[in-house]
Amino acid sequence: MSNDAIDPARRTWIGIACGAGAIGTVATAVPFISTFSPSERAKAAGAAVEVDIGTLKPGEMTTVEWRGKPVWIVRRTPEQLASLPKIDPQLADPKSLRKPGELTPEYARNEHRSIKPEFLVAVGICSHLGCSPSAKLQAGAQPSLPDDWQGGFFCPCHGSTFDLAGRVFKNKPAPDNLEVPPHMYLSDSKLLIGEDKKA
Amino acid sequence: MAEFKELPADAPIAQKAVTWFHNRFPTAFEAYRVHMSEYYAPKNMNFWYFFGVLAMLVLVLQIVTGIFLVMHYKPDAALAFASVEYIMRDVPWGWLVRYMHSTGASAFFVVVYLHMFRGLLYGSYRKPRELVWIFGCAIFLCMMAEGFFGYLLPWGQMSYWGAQVIINLFAAIPFVGPDLALLIRGDYVVGDATLNRFFAFHVIAVPLVLLGLVVAHLLALHDVGSNNPDGIEIKANRDPKTGIPLDGIAFHPYYTVHDIMGVSVFLMIFTAIVFFAPEMGGYFLEFNNFIPADPLQTPAHIAPVWYFTPFYSMLRATTDPMVNVLCVVVALAALLAAWKGALPGRAKLAILVGAAVAIVLLKTFDAKFWGVVVMGAAVIILFFLPWLDRSPARSIRYRPDWHKAVYGVFVVFFLILGWLGIEPPSDLKTLLAQIGTVYYFGFFLLMPWWSRQGTFKPVPDRVVFRPH
Repeated sequence: MSNDAIDPARRTWIGIACGAGAIGTVATAVPFISTFSPSERAKAAGAAVEVDIGTLKPGEMTTVEWRGKPVWIVRRTPEQLASLPKIDPQLADPKSLRKPGELTPEYARNEHRSIKPEFLVAVGICSHLGCSPSAKLQAGAQPSLPDDWQGGFFCPCHGSTFDLAGRVFKNKPAPDNLEVPPHMYLSDSKLLIGEDKKA
Repeated sequence: MAEFKELPADAPIAQKAVTWFHNRFPTAFEAYRVHMSEYYAPKNMNFWYFFGVLAMLVLVLQIVTGIFLVMHYKPDAALAFASVEYIMRDVPWGWLVRYMHSTGASAFFVVVYLHMFRGLLYGSYRKPRELVWIFGCAIFLCMMAEGFFGYLLPWGQMSYWGAQVIINLFAAIPFVGPDLALLIRGDYVVGDATLNRFFAFHVIAVPLVLLGLVVAHLLALHDVGSNNPDGIEIKANRDPKTGIPLDGIAFHPYYTVHDIMGVSVFLMIFTAIVFFAPEMGGYFLEFNNFIPADPLQTPAHIAPVWYFTPFYSMLRATTDPMVNVLCVVVALAALLAAWKGALPGRAKLAILVGAAVAIVLLKTFDAKFWGVVVMGAAVIILFFLPWLDRSPARSIRYRPDWHKAVYGVFVVFFLILGWLGIEPPSDLKTLLAQIGTVYYFGFFLLMPWWSRQGTFKPVPDRVVFRPH
C-alpha cells in the first residue's frame, strides 16, 4: 500500500470503530468482573449469634463463629483487669482512637474495651493479615513472648501481640487493635453478637 | 505457499505419505527445521543449561497429573478435603498422581530458580535477549499464581490460612484494598466461593496464560539464539559458505540427546522423592495441611511453602523501624545523586522533591502496606534486570573476581531469607531478614554502579570448548 493514498475519512472511521469496540469490550467486562463480588446468598448470611456466657468462669475463654469469623468471649479476672492500665505505654493505641467507628463501638471505648469490664468480646482476627491469634492468657515469660507478659494474645503468623483487651502492642506488624463486634446483653448470661441497641 | 510436490507413482509409500503431509501442512515441517534440526545452539552449553528443558518437562508433568486429579477432586468447601483423601486412599494409584503433582510443584520452582540463576551468571538477559528474560519473569509470576491458587484446593489448615494471609495482603493497599480483597474472596471470609474461583484460575485461566508465555519465551529465544557460558554472540562467527555459526551445533540431534541425559538424572531424583519422601519433611507438603480447614483457629505455626518464603521473609521484615531505615536510605540516595550525579540542576531538584514525597508516603501508610510493596517489588525488580546490569562482560567468567563474591553473598542471603520465612519470627531473625532484604534490593538497585566497577578479563572471540 502506498502512503500517498491515505484517506483521512477512513482513518476517522477506523478510530471511531476502535473506540466503539473498546467501549463495548469494557461494557462486556463489567458483568464478568461483577461475578467476583459476594453473591446475594453470601450477603444474606451473617445473622447475629446468641451465646450463653453463664457457665464461663473467670479466666476462661470461649470462641463462637459469627459471619465465618471467630469471636472470642473472655471473662477476665480482677487481677487481669488491674493489669490493663499498667501496660498502656507499651501499646500502639491504648485509648482505641484509631478507626473508632470500625473497630470499637462507642460503648466499648474505654480502658477494658467492653460493656461489662469482666467480659471482653472481640473478633479473633489479627488486624495485620487476618490470622487468628492464639490465646496466651497465662502471665509470665513464654517462648516468643516478652518476659513481662501480662496475658493476652499472640499471632502465630507474624508475631503481633495483643493484651487482654485486644489492644495491639507497639512495633508489631499489626497496625490496629482487634475489632470489637457490635454486641449487646440480652440478660446477665445471654449475649447477642452482631447486633447492638442502635441497630 | 510452498510448491505443490508430485512424486512419481512408483515412489516408496513412506515418502509418499511424508509428501502428502508436506503439501498440506508445510508449517509443521518448517517449524521442525527452524526449532530443531537447524536451530544452532552454542556447543559449549554446560550443566546449567539443563534446567530450561527440565522446566518444560515439569510443566508437562503438572498438566498431565493435573488433568487426572481434576477427574476425582471436588472444588467444594464441604467436600474438597475429603476428595483429596479419597484420591490418596481409594482411587487406584491416585496417591502417585497426587504426589507427582505436589512434588512437581516444588520441582518446578527448584528448576526455575536454577534456570534464573543461570541467566544471572551468564548475563542471558542482556541485549538482545531482554524479551526472553521478561517473558521468563512473567512465567515465574504465573507459576507463583499457580502455586498460590493450587495450594488452597486441598482445603487444609495451611491452605485456608495461607490464602487468608495472602488475600489480606491486597487489603493493605490504601483506599481500594478492602474492596479488592472482597472481590478476590467473593465472600466476607475465605469460603466456598473463594475455593471455586481459585479452582477455575488454577486449572484453566493461569495455565492458558502460562502456556502462551512459554511459547513466547521459546519463540523469542529461537529468534535471538541461545546465550552461552562465555556470554559471547556465536552469530558473530559464521561459516562463510553455509552461514551457520562456527560455534553452533544443531539442536537436534545434539542437544536432544544431551537433554535426555539430564531428564533421566532429574527423573531419578524426582521419582525418589515421589516414592520415598513426598512430604520432604514438611517442606513440600506441610503437616498442618493434613488437618481440615478450620476458620476459627490458626495453626500455632504457619508458614508458606518453601518457594515463597524468601519473598515472605521480606514482607515480614518490613516493620516500623525498617520503614524508618528505608526513609534514611531514600534520603541518602537522593542527596548522593544531587551531590555526585552528573545531572542538570532541574533533574537534581526533581530527585530531591521525589525523595521527600517518598519519605512522606513511607511515613503516612502502615508498614503493613510497605511490606506488601517490598514483597511485590522483590519480584517485579527482576523484570528490569536487563537494564540494571551495565557490566562490559555478559558472563561471570570475564567479570572481576569480586563480582563472584557479590553474587555469592546474594545467593546466601536469598537462601537465608528462604529459611527465615519458614521459621517463627524473633527479634534476631527479623533483624537478619532486614539485612537480607536490604542486600537483595541493594544488589539490584546498585547494579548499574557496581556492575561497571573492577578490572574485566579479556573476552575471547570464540567460545571456550574442549571436545570430549
